[in-house]
Amino acid sequence: MDAMGEPVKENVIAIIAEQALLEPGDVTLEQTPDDLGLDSLALVEAIFAIEERFDISVPFNANTPSQNAFDITSVASIIDAVQQLVDEQNP
Amino acid sequence: MKRVVITGAGTINALGHGVAETLDAMANGVCGIGALDIRDVDRLSVRIGAQVTNFSPQDHFNRQQISLYDRFTQFTLLAAKQAVAQSGLEFSGDLARSSGVVLGTAGGGVITGDDNYRSVYEQGKNRVHPFVVPKLMNNAAASHVSMEYNLQGPSFTVATACASSNHAMGQAFNLVRSGMATTMLTGGSEAMLCFGGIKAWEGLRVMSKDACRPFSADRDGMVQGEGAAVFVFEDYEHARARGAEILCEVVGFAMTSDAADIVMPSKQGAARAIQGAMRDGAINPADVGYINAHGTGTLANDKIECAAVADVFGGHTDALMMSSTKSMHGHLIGGTGAVELLACIMALRDGIIAPTIGHRQADPDCALDIVANQARETPVGTVLSNAFAFGGLNAVLGLRKF
Repeated sequence: MDAMGEPVKENVIAIIAEQALLEPGDVTLEQTPDDLGLDSLALVEAIFAIEERFDISVPFNANTPSQNAFDITSVASIIDAVQQLVDEQNP
Repeated sequence: MKRVVITGAGTINALGHGVAETLDAMANGVCGIGALDIRDVDRLSVRIGAQVTNFSPQDHFNRQQISLYDRFTQFTLLAAKQAVAQSGLEFSGDLARSSGVVLGTAGGGVITGDDNYRSVYEQGKNRVHPFVVPKLMNNAAASHVSMEYNLQGPSFTVATACASSNHAMGQAFNLVRSGMATTMLTGGSEAMLCFGGIKAWEGLRVMSKDACRPFSADRDGMVQGEGAAVFVFEDYEHARARGAEILCEVVGFAMTSDAADIVMPSKQGAARAIQGAMRDGAINPADVGYINAHGTGTLANDKIECAAVADVFGGHTDALMMSSTKSMHGHLIGGTGAVELLACIMALRDGIIAPTIGHRQADPDCALDIVANQARETPVGTVLSNAFAFGGLNAVLGLRKF
């Protein structure tokens, strides 16, 4: 949950689904951004939406996707990373 | 078809307030990137840039001029003054009517826009200065240059993001080559190092917070710069007849469109532009000694640019040098190709190849001779200058030693 009592998982999935042009029910935790057809622009837009939705700042540089503190390996890792940032920045 | 030569050059950028100072800095691998000194910098996550320092408009312009000249116009006028002085040209009569100015800028008067948005939105004012529009319009710099030097021929401004200056100089080249103009002032300018100008770029998450390290495996993005460079492109016969000093010859130009993606570059689009400029200038791969790269220091550009060059040059790739001077003067966006043309002129005239500074680690995806960290003294006869813009618009110039 975030500070507003909103479930992080559902919200992150909804944001990712919107970028991937899918129904939230069709997004699974194991999928990678590639699986979902998210290019770098879609990813940057999804991160922006996450920042706005949870009122957090996400450390992410599109030039160093594998070295960011924010792990975008899979939907599950993104949810975990968002939850961690919410806990840290917006408890 | 006329031959086209460059008979004057001028600049102001983070490396210097003139050509000599800039070339000296490039030859010595000086970094013009530092902490940004701008309003509200504490609200930015990107706090570095290649700013023009020790510059006070009052030293160059009167109060009335300053009320009309955005910073990008001020930079342009200072660069144009140096270029025209070097060329020795005076524009009157037929020469004035057959001479013009075509400049590149991506944002035009961004600082003017930023200041005035601040005043109406943040400060709640209901009145702005009467000259906001003539100050911020993209063609303001070109128009003021035309007025300053009585240039009555073809004059306009090109806005193709990071390729603006190269597109502008390509137009100038073709105007002189075709005989439509005798001389053209050309180049470009950018001044968007203000809160709004940087905040917008932050959003894309392609900016480095540390340094611009083109082609280095640990590169993490671009760094913005500001400034201008202006050149005099002149019909060779006209230049010869008046005994002008010739800096180099412009021999080829091509532009292509990726028609693919609004931000991701395309190897094919870049390669076609490079190939096109070589075909246009009858340049053989073996002739090209140096390429001034677009080399933004982003993951995508540098990898794709190297692949495009390798595709075009094949077995000649290893014999050519390529560097990105953005590591020193930053990315001047719409003005960048103009400042980078100075490095090309230095290569041709002085045989000094400006380095890619800040390079720490070889990247197998950028396995070209990128002249890492130290300038090199090697005579070259023909050079290319690449520019690949957001929006997939590419423009490449070819120059030859004269």
